[in-house]
Amino acid sequence: MNFDKELDARGLNCPLPILRAKKSLAELQPGQVLRVISTDPGSVKDFAAFAKQTGNELLASAEKDKEFEFFMKRK
Amino acid sequence: MGATPEIASIEELVNRRLEELLPQKLEEALRQREESKTPSMAIIATKGTLDWAYPPFILGSTAAALGWDVSIFFTFYGLNLLKKDVSDLKVSPLGNPGMPMKMPFGPEWFKGIDWNKFLMPNLIQSNLPGFESIATMLMQQTIKNNGVATIEELRSLSQEAGVKFIACQMTVELFGFSHDDFLSGVDYAGAATFLPVAQKADVTLFM
Repeated sequence: MNFDKELDARGLNCPLPILRAKKSLAELQPGQVLRVISTDPGSVKDFAAFAKQTGNELLASAEKDKEFEFFMKRK
Repeated sequence: MGATPEIASIEELVNRRLEELLPQKLEEALRQREESKTPSMAIIATKGTLDWAYPPFILGSTAAALGWDVSIFFTFYGLNLLKKDVSDLKVSPLGNPGMPMKMPFGPEWFKGIDWNKFLMPNLIQSNLPGFESIATMLMQQTIKNNGVATIEELRSLSQEAGVKFIACQMTVELFGFSHDDFLSGVDYAGAATFLPVAQKADVTLFM
């Protein structure tokens, strides 16, 4: 999937991945896509809730090798 | 004086239609109002230890990231969380038997041991000179090892995100603090300021 910005949130724990993602999204234009990689297992549910609450669309969420990848489109 | 039969039946029709439509319209209007409203949260932070410093700043910064309006009122020992320097916040094992006593270094099997289980009772542990400092050091190291943010970091992220910090002026005076001891950007107020904010808040928490 194409993306415009990447955020490496590996090794960060709750709530830092969400706080950093919020900052990164703010640097994007509406419609642009942010890719986030995290290792916090709690971030799967947190990113879904964050998307639902803020209206930034979670395009995809995947897990591989104990890492989590999210694609989020700025509202 | 009765209406003619035609008018009576028209009225009945209108009434019936209104009864069908009104609840739908009301629900729609309420839903729109709910969606356009910015959620808000009011927290009272009363504890001044390293462990209890986390909940207000974690929830405050996260709620701000979700787009909420957040106010945190710091009172009594909670005032310690607003001091310019929070590196001296401690965690006490005294009366805190729920705190696992695990080593943040060494091999996995060693780190997995909860020393509370067989080392000594909580009361004796916490009476040992220096034990609080050891417990604090262990917790700070564990925080670091786990990629958990420091209090300074969460606090400045909260402030950047627009979380309002309000210090209880009464306790500032009671404990002999001065405004110079605290961060800039802190408001000083009392209970009469908190209550109307809490009244309007969707979430109110006492910590």
